Amino acid sequence: MYDFAYQKPSNVADAVAALGADPEAKAVAGGMTLIPVLKQRLNRPSVVVDLAKTGLAGITAGAGSITIGAMTTHAAVAHSADVQRVIPALAALAGLIGDEQVRHRGTIGGSLANNDPAADYPAAALALGATITTTKRAIKADDFFQGMFTTALEPDELITKVEFPAATKANYQKFRNPASRYAIVGVFVAQTAAGVRVAVTGAGQGGVFRHTAMEAALSKNFSADAIADVVTPADDLNGDIHASSEYRAHLIGVMARRAVAAAA
Amino acid sequence: MGFEGIGAAVRRKEDLRFLSGRGHYTDDINRPGQLYASIRRADRPHARIKGIDTAAAKASPGVAAVFTGADMAADNIGGLPCGWQIHNKDGSPMAEPPHPVLAVDKVRHVGDPVAVVIAATRQQAKDAAEALVIDYEDLPSIAGLRDAIAPGAPLVHDEVAGNLCYDWHIGDKALVDAAFARATKVVKLDLENNRLIPNAMEPRAALGDFDSMSGDYTLFTTSQNPHVIRLLMGAFVLHIPENHLRVVAPDVGGGFGSKIYHYAEEAIVTWAAGKLKRPVKWTADRSESFMSDAHGRDHVSTAEMALDADGHFLALRVSTLANMGAYLSTFAPCVPTYLYATLLAGVYKTPAIYVEVKAVFTNSVPVDAYRGAGRPEATYLLERLVDVIARETGIDRVELRRRNFIANDAFPYQTPVALQYDSGDYTATLNAALKVADYAGFAQRRAAAAARGKLRGIGVSTYLEACGIAPSAVVGSLGARAGLYECANIRVHPTGSVTVFTGSHSHGQGHETTFAQLVHSQLGVAMDQIEIVHGDTDKIPFGMGTYGSRSLAVGGSAMVKAMDKVIAKGRKIAAHLMEAAVDDVEFKDGKFTVAGTDKSRALAEISLAAYVPHNYPIEELEPGLEETAFYDPKNFTYPGGCHIAEVEIDPETGVTTVINFTAVDDVGRVINPMIVEGQVQGGVAQGIGQALLEAAIYDKSGQLLSGSMMDYTMPRADNLPNITVGTESTLCTHNPLGVKGCGEVGAIGSPPAIMNAVVDALADYGVRHIEMPATAPKLWSIIQAGRPRLAAE
Amino acid sequence: MPQVSLTVNGTHHTVEVENRTLLVELLRETLGLTGTHVGCDTSQCGACVVHLDGASVKSCTMLAVQAEGAKVTTIEGLAAADGTLHPMQEMFREHHALQCGFCTPGMVMSAVDLVQSHPEGLSEHQIREGLEGNLCRCTGYHNIVKAIAAAWPLMHGKALPVAAE
Repeated sequence: MYDFAYQKPSNVADAVAALGADPEAKAVAGGMTLIPVLKQRLNRPSVVVDLAKTGLAGITAGAGSITIGAMTTHAAVAHSADVQRVIPALAALAGLIGDEQVRHRGTIGGSLANNDPAADYPAAALALGATITTTKRAIKADDFFQGMFTTALEPDELITKVEFPAATKANYQKFRNPASRYAIVGVFVAQTAAGVRVAVTGAGQGGVFRHTAMEAALSKNFSADAIADVVTPADDLNGDIHASSEYRAHLIGVMARRAVAAAA
Repeated sequence: MGFEGIGAAVRRKEDLRFLSGRGHYTDDINRPGQLYASIRRADRPHARIKGIDTAAAKASPGVAAVFTGADMAADNIGGLPCGWQIHNKDGSPMAEPPHPVLAVDKVRHVGDPVAVVIAATRQQAKDAAEALVIDYEDLPSIAGLRDAIAPGAPLVHDEVAGNLCYDWHIGDKALVDAAFARATKVVKLDLENNRLIPNAMEPRAALGDFDSMSGDYTLFTTSQNPHVIRLLMGAFVLHIPENHLRVVAPDVGGGFGSKIYHYAEEAIVTWAAGKLKRPVKWTADRSESFMSDAHGRDHVSTAEMALDADGHFLALRVSTLANMGAYLSTFAPCVPTYLYATLLAGVYKTPAIYVEVKAVFTNSVPVDAYRGAGRPEATYLLERLVDVIARETGIDRVELRRRNFIANDAFPYQTPVALQYDSGDYTATLNAALKVADYAGFAQRRAAAAARGKLRGIGVSTYLEACGIAPSAVVGSLGARAGLYECANIRVHPTGSVTVFTGSHSHGQGHETTFAQLVHSQLGVAMDQIEIVHGDTDKIPFGMGTYGSRSLAVGGSAMVKAMDKVIAKGRKIAAHLMEAAVDDVEFKDGKFTVAGTDKSRALAEISLAAYVPHNYPIEELEPGLEETAFYDPKNFTYPGGCHIAEVEIDPETGVTTVINFTAVDDVGRVINPMIVEGQVQGGVAQGIGQALLEAAIYDKSGQLLSGSMMDYTMPRADNLPNITVGTESTLCTHNPLGVKGCGEVGAIGSPPAIMNAVVDALADYGVRHIEMPATAPKLWSIIQAGRPRLAAE
Repeated sequence: MPQVSLTVNGTHHTVEVENRTLLVELLRETLGLTGTHVGCDTSQCGACVVHLDGASVKSCTMLAVQAEGAKVTTIEGLAAADGTLHPMQEMFREHHALQCGFCTPGMVMSAVDLVQSHPEGLSEHQIREGLEGNLCRCTGYHNIVKAIAAAWPLMHGKALPVAAE
């Protein structure tokens, strides 16, 4: 990788200031995406701002919601008794990200800010209607994801925490790329006070998206049978050496039905 | 201490250092003043090099030197040699275009090395390599076999017409044609053998060193055969005589064939160390390995079997295209010929066989031997064809195999394609495997799976392979440019401990244990007093290295011969000490005894006498107790067996799960059953990888789409089943140990077992054949296409 | 040049690194602890796994400077001071769970973490899934799975509960 300057601010304000001071600065949370990218020399930041000491890790269970600090690792979410109790599907999803070693370093804030089209957390955030709190504002998940690797975040804006409303029923089903183990298709189904949502990751050319046809069907009848005949058009889906867009379209149906059947 | 001799599952002597992090791999070695090399490689499949601007790279921090192909040419550095020469049908030699160490005028595949930067640190070398400016003129390119032989295809080498390396054949064409003419039925199958990337877990590395006082070069390298590297690099590339060139292959993290060959980087670091008078180290990044290590397999074939009314095989006709990649790697030409076509009799008494093989150049990484090398391709073709024949004749697939097996009393059995099998019992391995796999109970398990909505299939493969390569005179007549014997030196020290110097290299096979068991058995020396030394041309007299499951059959036999010589000399010394006739001295369990008396001398007493020859037959015998032997095998060895796979397919997603895998193999005498099981399990894992997961995918132009582990599916623990291994051995008749070999059987027998099971699972979907790998989307498409037909029924 | 202070296998070190130096490079090249290996460049093979403050991590996907103040254990630090092997090392040997040895250090470090973090028991299925981050090209994993299951009772001092798979 190219060399860079390195800063490890001890609070969020200093981290924001460091990022604001240099347009070529990059924040590193767990580094599970950034460091591989740097190793491949695909990115050349002037400064890497390490968020490890900003105090943003932690999980709190509120009345009907779970709030997760941006620097909380996937392993911490997966193993959290609070998350397992309030939104078990979210804990299970965290336990499916990467592998155990990646989960010990990777963070929810890093994953959401990166918005990889094959990442898992965006599906949970969108399906559960999460609120993403940043150093500047609170952003609804619906407004946060703006296409592949693109979010509403400004360059000097950091995620501080994410609040997930509890669901009456929720489940995440992931069909993994056999090589990279990222999602070829991941479907998060959630029935919350706000209604039924189905979010799909891994498949869309624009990143995570809501499957409104399935949502409509499930709102009337929350059962796998209700979406058995819902067709997912392949037109806007990714195709690559691992899966054609048609196969992804098919898998969305399969994963969604399995998620609904397993939702608890 | 329990029994530790031949047949005991002795725990490995080498494990302690590996488990403690004290292994000693090439990249672990550092030399004072060491520099680092980074190689700039072609990012395109085919282009003319119009110019290389090295100015910025040379000015980059820490850079000691930048070298290009022109610099090597100016030093009269030779190209990388090929170790085999195949002849065309018309007797003319194969096309053998030059293989420059660094590209000179053209690049011919993505990854072709163009220039090397040598700098103070790894990162500085990479920084500077990126600063090289290479002016390319892109040329048309091809990666696919059929595209490459199409009329008007772009030429990989201007001087090689039609991209044809050779057009070779074996067998009696007229006999085969006659058999087809009178056949009751002919079954034909087109099939491919998918291209694989070996991916030993240790990336290749090379460290060159030069002593300007002595003029001695040392190369530390990740090699399966350091003497071969010394020979090829010294004699053909760098022109360094053996006495000034030491090649060391220390602990090596897996090879599977990919570390047999002499690679450009070995020559680059050795030469550069001499130029700069500093040690130079290169270590591949994994992504670099994908485009610089030889790939494996990559065949396109048509097979036809002529049958009589009872399903007896009358004749086999095969036509194969084999991808050589852009250049000929060390062993490449022999893989689709003498390691493939000669195996197409398999375990069957097919009386007439004719095989044509065209080897083809393409704009892709060179292709060479990968675990099994040719034999997996032959086995896959034959065992898939047999299953298709069973389906189309209505004869049960197990019965069809039995009906065509070479009978137990037919050995030695001469096949129509050159090989003579010495021993085997194909019925025994088949029966044992059927029993272990509970083949009889399969219908019930299939029904139970169907009730769960899953498609279950079972597949059988009865295979044979030829290994323990090989008789030098035979391979010489077939085009090998080297002999394929092995060498061993047994040094009995004065106090009776033993050091074995062997030309067989261990990179996971457990030689330090297995070979010690041989010595323990034959000389009666305690296991902890035996040391196995390998991998250093300065220590070992000579060696041809480890590949083709040859270490025990050839290297082990050399040890037996050397130990025979030690015992013969020991008997003379013992006879002198015990005042007996040599003919009356016997050696057993580490003791020399005089027949019919209670006189006895331990080996350690004899060795002490040999090194302190005060009371010694000095007139007729030299002091010392150390013997060297070279063993040249009389024939190949012929392991075989039966593999049975049981799979379950999820019809909704197309995902295949391997539920059970059973391998019952005839590997000859088993020295260490624990190690044999491990070798078979590892081979099977690679075979399952080939069948279900792994594929090196090029686009039409020659860009590698599966160029990293993000896109090339390596089998992981959760992809694989438990692998049940059994052995049903017959002994090899022509080597002193009766051993056959176990390193490759797993990778050879398993792919067709898996694919036969997959096709069996989808039997109701109108599918006749599926190409490997049977990925989920591929099976899903087949299931989709099959559904309407079923619905209409 | 930037400095980093950390404790490796119980020994405190303060060393100079570049900011771009990876933790695995610090271990292998600066400290000479070559038991930790690099087998890929996409964070997949797990040959580089070490324990960082008690949790298994991929040392190739971490900057050395990120390990400031951390306690790192590598394969060299797993055995007892008197050389007695850790039960996981012992079981890998007993069950022939290694061949070429290259993936072994990372595999063992991952396996130790896997067993430690499952005091309630481990099924074969969980072991296989728990090894998702480690590649082995030699063994087919069969014996690695056996070795880990055999190490569990030794590490937890009780019999491995029968898995309810």
